[in-house]
Amino acid sequence: MATVRYERRIAAPADTVWNVVKDPASIPQWFPGIVGCDVEGNIRTIHLANGISMPEEIIASDSILRRFAYRITSPLYSSHLGTIDVIEIGERDSLCVYSTTAEPDVLALVIGGGSYGALAEIERLALTGKD
Amino acid sequence: MGRKILFITTDQQRFDTLGCNGGILSRTPVIDRLAAEGIRYTRAQPSSVVCMPSRSSMLTGQFPTTHGAWMNGVPLAVDAPSFAESLHDQGYATSLIGKAHFEPFMDIFGRFTENSLAQLGIPTVEQPWYDGRRGVHRGFDHLEMATHGAAGMLHYAKFIRDEHPEMFGAFYNVLDGELNVNAEGGGETGAPQVKYNVIPREWYHTDWVADRTIAWLNTLDADRDWFCWMSFPDPHHPWDPPQSELGRVNWRDVDLPAGYIADAAQREAVLDSKARHWRMWYDGSLVSNYEAPAKWVPATLTPDQVREVNALNAIEVELIDEAIGRVLSAIESRGWSHDVDIVFTTDHGELQGDFGLLFKGPYHVDGLLRLPLIWRPAPSAQVAPAVINEPVSLVSLAATFLAAAGLPAPEWVEAPALPTTSSEVVGGSDASTITEWDSALFGVDVHVRTVVTRQWLLTRYQAGYVHDGTEGELYDLEGDPLQRVNLYSDPGYTSIRKNLETLLEQHENRDIERSTPGVLVAPV
Repeated sequence: MATVRYERRIAAPADTVWNVVKDPASIPQWFPGIVGCDVEGNIRTIHLANGISMPEEIIASDSILRRFAYRITSPLYSSHLGTIDVIEIGERDSLCVYSTTAEPDVLALVIGGGSYGALAEIERLALTGKD
Repeated sequence: MGRKILFITTDQQRFDTLGCNGGILSRTPVIDRLAAEGIRYTRAQPSSVVCMPSRSSMLTGQFPTTHGAWMNGVPLAVDAPSFAESLHDQGYATSLIGKAHFEPFMDIFGRFTENSLAQLGIPTVEQPWYDGRRGVHRGFDHLEMATHGAAGMLHYAKFIRDEHPEMFGAFYNVLDGELNVNAEGGGETGAPQVKYNVIPREWYHTDWVADRTIAWLNTLDADRDWFCWMSFPDPHHPWDPPQSELGRVNWRDVDLPAGYIADAAQREAVLDSKARHWRMWYDGSLVSNYEAPAKWVPATLTPDQVREVNALNAIEVELIDEAIGRVLSAIESRGWSHDVDIVFTTDHGELQGDFGLLFKGPYHVDGLLRLPLIWRPAPSAQVAPAVINEPVSLVSLAATFLAAAGLPAPEWVEAPALPTTSSEVVGGSDASTITEWDSALFGVDVHVRTVVTRQWLLTRYQAGYVHDGTEGELYDLEGDPLQRVNLYSDPGYTSIRKNLETLLEQHENRDIERSTPGVLVAPV
């Protein structure tokens, strides 16, 4: 089991950043390589640029904590947990933390690498007001 | 009309695997002829001994600490400098066919261009360039990608999936179930990363790369200037050449390589004289880098396994030589031979049995550092054949290609064009080259710097997971060509060590605008 964490300080209100990530169907807008998704209840199926689809389970979308949690249920992973936390630092200052814990270890790194790119997109969307 | 350029790279090939460099296992008449007609460098060195940093240095003319792709898994910034952008600007048709690896292979989201082009079915995409403009990806208007087998998202994998799906499982599984480099043994000796591959030769990636290169060349008008980077994935492991070719070299007839120390006690004493991670890896207590199989213990390597690996490697080298021959024939048939520069090299070496080890890692000795490099300038340039024994760096390649195209070296390159005579070597008899290593994976970080001159090889280990910053290695390349006697702590060599350390300090403090180091987003 390995864990990877990236964070990004974003000059936007925490609620604005949270509004970008809270909707499970919004992920193709900000996660590099995800070109589409289907959401039914707490099951999200993401569609990747390489033509592969992967099922996920939404565990939490908590607007009070501003925490989104999900796990990839594809057999590629024996275990996965992804969390996105948006923490208020100031009126227009927030910290977005994207954590990935997974097995096999290598896949934590690969997902984590994607989440690093995702944080940049989340910032872009938050700053351009497309929330 | 300018000089056309064919840049041929292999992956993980030792200096001594070519006939022109004294190799006896492989027959390499095509490359040997290029060497005889051109310039053969006997001390060419990479900027890094793993693929992504080294290949990025070829493209940018910069060291990894400058271009920012500091270890495998760290993508080269898409707007990093690229000699191919300059050639494209100059009107050259530009292609890269085979293994690129400026971007991670392990990319389940398909977010990197190299991994998405085959699926998209387009030859390139528009991206930001170094100078702020937008243009074709890294300056290449045609890319067709391949790597070491049929898995993944690259063009060669798609070719196998679409046209020969029955061959998908013919290759060795490079990764194990945990997606680490596979330790599973095969062949007749159980050597790691070995498999007898039932794929017909004409569908193997070596011939595919040559076929696709010829196909691209055939799309060009006769008077078009062109640059083609033809990049073979072999002889990098897995050692799984087509089974039909195994009769070329019988592993039972292969002598153990000079770098292999047959006596275990002597071998272990030599390992103990080096920095501590050598012996730790050998014993299986530390695998410091992803590129070596996580579950393989080098101490288990048998002499017969070394023989079989060397035999299969030699077969792969022969197939490459013959594939190059086919491409050169195609060039000749177009009437271009007189105007084509040909450069042959590889990105780094392979331990291949030296010190009882296989694969690669932060082990800066000749098996990994000393590379084949041949430049056959276009005959129209009338450059005399030569052998250059001074150290040169693959960082010089970018400026070399631009010079062949009649372009000056841009301010962003860190090394001049390759010399064509010994008198052109920068520094003359004091010439030196640098190799860097930085890695940090799952809590294990290793940082190494090496300087090589004609006579000396000095390695310094910076503080990290296993090193405390005091370790080093110093070898006399003339008196100890196999690097078995570490002189680093020998008081008789203190002044030599200090002089070499000054060169490392100068490299660290060099005046160049450096990119922000990239982020590790995959293991490879």
